[in-house]
Amino acid sequence: MTVTERTAVAESRPDFAELASRPVLKRKRPGQLIAMVVVGLFALMGAYILVTNPGFGWPTVAKYLFDVRILNGLLTTIELTVIAMILGFVIGLVVAVMRMSENGLLRGVAGAYIWFFRGTPLLVQMLFWGFAAVLFPTIGIGIPGGPMLVEWNTNDVLPLFVAGILGLGLNEGAYMAEIVRAGLMGVPAGQSEASHAMGFSRMETLRYVVIPQAMKIILPPVGNETISMLKTTSLVIVIGVGDLLYNTQQIYARNLQQIPLLIVASLWYILLTTLLSMVQSRIEKRYSRGNVLQVRKA
Amino acid sequence: MSEVQFLNVHKDFSGVEVLKGINFTVQAGQVACLIGPSGSGKSTLLRCVNHLETTSSGTILVGGRMIGYEVHGDRLIEAHQKDINKRRSRIGMVFQSFNLFGHMTALENVMMGPVKLLKVPKAQAEAEAKELLAKVGLAERTGHYPAQLSGGQQQRVAIARALSMKPDLMLFDEPTSALDPELVGEVLDVMKALARDGMTMIVVTHEMGFAREVADVVAFMDGGVIVEAGDPREVISNPQHERTKAFLSKVL
Ligand SMILES: Nc1ncnc2c1ncn2[C@@H]1O[C@H](COP(=O)(O)OP(=O)(O)OP(=O)(O)O)[C@@H](O)[C@H]1O
Ligand SMILES: [Mg+2]
Repeated sequence: MTVTERTAVAESRPDFAELASRPVLKRKRPGQLIAMVVVGLFALMGAYILVTNPGFGWPTVAKYLFDVRILNGLLTTIELTVIAMILGFVIGLVVAVMRMSENGLLRGVAGAYIWFFRGTPLLVQMLFWGFAAVLFPTIGIGIPGGPMLVEWNTNDVLPLFVAGILGLGLNEGAYMAEIVRAGLMGVPAGQSEASHAMGFSRMETLRYVVIPQAMKIILPPVGNETISMLKTTSLVIVIGVGDLLYNTQQIYARNLQQIPLLIVASLWYILLTTLLSMVQSRIEKRYSRGNVLQVRKA
Repeated sequence: MSEVQFLNVHKDFSGVEVLKGINFTVQAGQVACLIGPSGSGKSTLLRCVNHLETTSSGTILVGGRMIGYEVHGDRLIEAHQKDINKRRSRIGMVFQSFNLFGHMTALENVMMGPVKLLKVPKAQAEAEAKELLAKVGLAERTGHYPAQLSGGQQQRVAIARALSMKPDLMLFDEPTSALDPELVGEVLDVMKALARDGMTMIVVTHEMGFAREVADVVAFMDGGVIVEAGDPREVISNPQHERTKAFLSKVL
């Protein structure tokens, strides 16, 4: 810069002292306004269609929202979700521990389990359990190749509900195993080492030291899995378990009000997933508070 | 208290020999300091004592009894895990990185061993744990989680946790190496008090002042062997071997 240029800069310098006494303005953002208008228009269009198109059949929606068949189906859906998640978690824990075992055979079995259940579509597995009664007409306890000691008819011991639970839970177990494994591996090795040095066995170490600390890592993805499971339970319709979607179908198969009834089902699903999300963010907040604890107070 | 004898201990990690015939004895009630450059095998040797590492050959006797192995005909065979766990419970170990259980308070860390392993009633275990925490100067911190404690405080809790099992022998692997300089003293003071009480201790350390003051015997390790061992004043102040002299000239 030459000397003259520098003076020019100096001359164009605003009076900061004067400016400092005035409030600051917010810069206008035209993009936001445009976005608002566009979104607003679409929302209006959507609302107009929802209200004016008689196909949505809002009176029908209202009529069936609390229909006893819908509520029964809803209950079944919740039961399927809870039981399948518990089954999945237990299987996941066992498979994850097996997968990290020193015993090569156990590791292999765990690997094969995950490989199979993640490698085939859940829908296929579900159908499989539905038809399992055909595959094994009776199950029992006996000597391999020899006589049976006790025997049951599969159709009696494997009601469709149980088949649905097996389909969902066994599959979930494979995914849960990976989640649990990541959690177990997330606990520093020094924790197990200290426990072993004190004289705790591998199992005691898992139970008292590793699993409690792995839970922090495991819980958030388990929340996602639960929300996902709630919706996935609807696959049980292929084997005829009377869940929310199945009962919805049963109703519209007779009155042909497909769209309004699917809206009924959707409203319930979205209500439940919203509730679950709220519970999940509560839990996560609780744990992030735990993490603030981790910040060292000097 | 237990005497510790290393008899021709060898150890290799997939073919690479890191302990090459260690012969060394720590008398009951003595404090032995292991010094030596990084990678010389100090931690490995220490971890063989409570069988956190297996040995490839040779024997370690604690209190005159083999640890980790039993005699099977004319060979050694790894002992039952249950027996190993039982022996371990009487050997306290303190790690460089403290390794306190993160989900438990200081008190719970110190109570856990007696309650779960020794089946001590909870109330009694709690009273004893509080006493131990007071002994290491942490009577005010019993309800704190490890993350709420300074490094020096964590290490003192770790020592209290090890002591809660009423060990015959304490192993320390660089207990002050992860600490800020101003916190080293408080941990060393606890260890000195322990030594005065007659605890048998094997301490891997770079704190030459501590070794000189507290140790009954200092062993200098290099390349998987004990190059020289003896009275700390001799080994540290008047080393006989070139390798010892070279190492000490770097750390002193
Ligand atoms: N688990 C392991 N697998 C393979 N090699 C190992 C293992 N643990 C230690 N070693 C090797 O054994 C040698 C001795 O290691 P060790 O940790 O006993 O040394 P150290 O004397 O304690 O060193 P430092 O002062 O750095 O802690 C090193 O060469 C190290 O790389
Ligand atoms: Mg080391």
